[in-house]
Amino acid sequence: MSYASFVIQLLNGLAAASSLFLVSAGLSLIFGVTRIVNFAHGSLYMLGLYGAYSLIEALGRTPLGFWSAVILAALAVGLVGVVIEVVVLRRIYRAPELFQLLATFAIVLVIKDVALAVWGSEDLVGPRAPGLAFPVEILGRRIPAYDLLLIVIGPVVLAAMWLLLARTRWGALVRAATQDREMVGALGVDQARLFTSVFFVGAVLAGLGGALQIPREPANLDLDLSVIADAFVVTVVGGLGSLGGAFLAAVLIGVAKAFCIGFGFSKLTLVVEFVIMGLVLVMRPYGLLGKPPATARFGEPAPPLQPPRRWPVVAWLVAFAVVPLLGDRYITVLMTDIACFALFAVSLHFIMGPAGMVSFGHAAYFGLGAYAGALLFKKAGLPMELALVLAPFVAGLFAVVYGWFCVRLSGVYLAMLTLAFAQISWSVVFQWDELTAGSNGLVGVWPSMWLSGKPAYYYMTLALCGLGIALLWRALFSPFGYVLRAGRDSPLRAEAIGIDLRAFQWAAFVLAGTLAGLAGAVFAFSKGSISPSSVSIAQSTDGLVMVLLGGVETLTGPVVGAAIFTWLRDTLARETEFWRAALGVVILLIVIVFPQGLVGGLKALYARWRPA
Amino acid sequence: MLRVTDLHAFYGRAHILHGVSLEANAGEVVALLGRNGAGKTTAMKAIMGLVPPARGEVAFAGARIDRLPPYRIARMGLGYVPEERRIFTELSVMENLEVGRQAARRGAPTWNADRLFKLFPNLGRMRERPGGRMSGGEQQMLTIARTLMGNPKCVLLDEPSEGLAPIIVHEMAESIRTLKGEGLSVLLCEQNLRFCEAIADRAYIIEKGQIRFGGTMADLAANASLREQYLSV
Repeated sequence: MSYASFVIQLLNGLAAASSLFLVSAGLSLIFGVTRIVNFAHGSLYMLGLYGAYSLIEALGRTPLGFWSAVILAALAVGLVGVVIEVVVLRRIYRAPELFQLLATFAIVLVIKDVALAVWGSEDLVGPRAPGLAFPVEILGRRIPAYDLLLIVIGPVVLAAMWLLLARTRWGALVRAATQDREMVGALGVDQARLFTSVFFVGAVLAGLGGALQIPREPANLDLDLSVIADAFVVTVVGGLGSLGGAFLAAVLIGVAKAFCIGFGFSKLTLVVEFVIMGLVLVMRPYGLLGKPPATARFGEPAPPLQPPRRWPVVAWLVAFAVVPLLGDRYITVLMTDIACFALFAVSLHFIMGPAGMVSFGHAAYFGLGAYAGALLFKKAGLPMELALVLAPFVAGLFAVVYGWFCVRLSGVYLAMLTLAFAQISWSVVFQWDELTAGSNGLVGVWPSMWLSGKPAYYYMTLALCGLGIALLWRALFSPFGYVLRAGRDSPLRAEAIGIDLRAFQWAAFVLAGTLAGLAGAVFAFSKGSISPSSVSIAQSTDGLVMVLLGGVETLTGPVVGAAIFTWLRDTLARETEFWRAALGVVILLIVIVFPQGLVGGLKALYARWRPA
Repeated sequence: MLRVTDLHAFYGRAHILHGVSLEANAGEVVALLGRNGAGKTTAMKAIMGLVPPARGEVAFAGARIDRLPPYRIARMGLGYVPEERRIFTELSVMENLEVGRQAARRGAPTWNADRLFKLFPNLGRMRERPGGRMSGGEQQMLTIARTLMGNPKCVLLDEPSEGLAPIIVHEMAESIRTLKGEGLSVLLCEQNLRFCEAIADRAYIIEKGQIRFGGTMADLAANASLREQYLSV
């Protein structure tokens, strides 16, 4: 590597880091004050990029038009943030934290479809920055002047944010609310207005990050989730709530990615940031400049779990069993999907509910189980039955490795690390053409003859997924399950009575991963094919939505959530092109009306009416 | 100034306050005495709206406040000083005061940082120190000063003497007398009877969420069996 190319890649990396820093700073600011992990932050970035594109078209490709467009786009995205805060989030600040997460997922869906409706599905390539399109020669190489400007913008925004937070009353209120928002309210500060203003600033930063990228990156509909994953990584590597940390992390990751591209390892770009995150978190569990959270204020403790009563379960099983007798092929296929996703959701619930470890990357085990089944069958030539039985254990092995790292962390940091492992798995699957056929996926993954009928396969699915769910539920009411719940509610006390909490959490992680793998393998053979989307962030968020929709505090919630989500998605997708937005709106309504999830909400209604 | 009538409050499912009624008149220092777990802190939080009152009325300066959010109550001129102090540890002394600042209010003493540093001279010597690096006594003074920055007409003081060295308790009593001299009304929770005897005009005794006694400090001083029954440990 020559000195010149080193410098050029460094500059490339620094230019990319600016936008990454802006969006992460906004995410971190919002999280600090409102405790909401805003999954829609990547969507706001995407809107900034699209908005800048349209505004430049409207205002003209002159320097004045360009910069007005960038600033107006950022401010408009800020207003979108205000609308989100006022219309949705303000109503659910008292709801459990995870439910707010569900609401932001729904917003991701809505924004994606709004963008689809307004800007279409084609990538939109913006103009180069007027007046700054000329290249500058550095060490004999050319680099766009605009990139040099971007390198300056990052630190300028960092300084501006620092001044705002350290030198203004607003900044003092924000920092105070980050620590103890109830006390800030008791001192006469209107939290609602403070939160709205924080959302505005956070959204402007995301919008600006997106708008500034218009000369470098085409606007496209996949940016929302890819940017949010990047922003999570940056925030966590830097340390939640630390602006300086976010800047450092953005530079580290931007530069690392640039070096990967510059030196011909472009395949590594998808993985490198997650490797950095894994390394940082294992060495510094709160990120580079982060501190352990000062006061973790949780909401009310989760109510004790009730074991399912026998008769309703039997009734449900009978109802499930008669489905193929209806003779409707579509319903049988739908019910097969629901059974797979129910096991997937129950296995996710197992670790995030009773064990208290929220996973943003549970699709890793579902997808790896699916791929393991398909590969054992197609490449290793095993009989389908054997492949199906072995596949969950392959997923379980990955859970052994990933889980070892994850259980060392807790809370948001743990969630982000699970996301990182899922994203690493996804990019390996996506890029390893020889083994996994890359983005095309594997086809011809069909079950054996005796299972080839839809009803036969459905019964097998019902049996395997039912057993898996029964096993997980049984475990929750064994001493193992009690230990997990004790560890969730008071980790220190659990350890003080001699429980090796990490070992139990690790075991729970592996058990849940194995059964998610079973769900994936059963799913793969039911479809006859498998694609990388089964390992994707979208699949992970689907699982989260299922669990949260049903209610994380109930046992049967995830099953109900999986059924309703799968059915709704299927039905809406057949009715309208904009099914995501429709689904998002339905989820938002549920979130606002039933803040404990569907099953929890119905139980609360029942409890209220019963004495009357 | 502050009138509480038949106040009930719950923590989750636990019924903590069973119909508390009490009153603090303008310019008065009133003590709410009781043992640990008697319901003192919950009463304060329920008045402030931090624990939603389930039943009953709270009136402040002639208006009902029992359905208002805490920030609205604070903006009407009712200040709250929590027992755990809840200093913003990352913020400096000056910034802590800034968070509490509100506009001047008719009928209430007006405070600024310089006046508060006269009241609590220790604070004036550590203006830029982060709240997290202060002693317990300094934090207690800062939390009172922070609430005073809101120029309240009345303050709720939750156990101001708790955990303080005897000499600091003495200074604290002196400060509260100064506040009374400024015309501020004070309702304070205490377990420390001697501290109250030094500063309070009247007292209530609370036990198991109910008021068992209300009267002047002299009445309480004259009634040994009352003190024995509800206050001695």
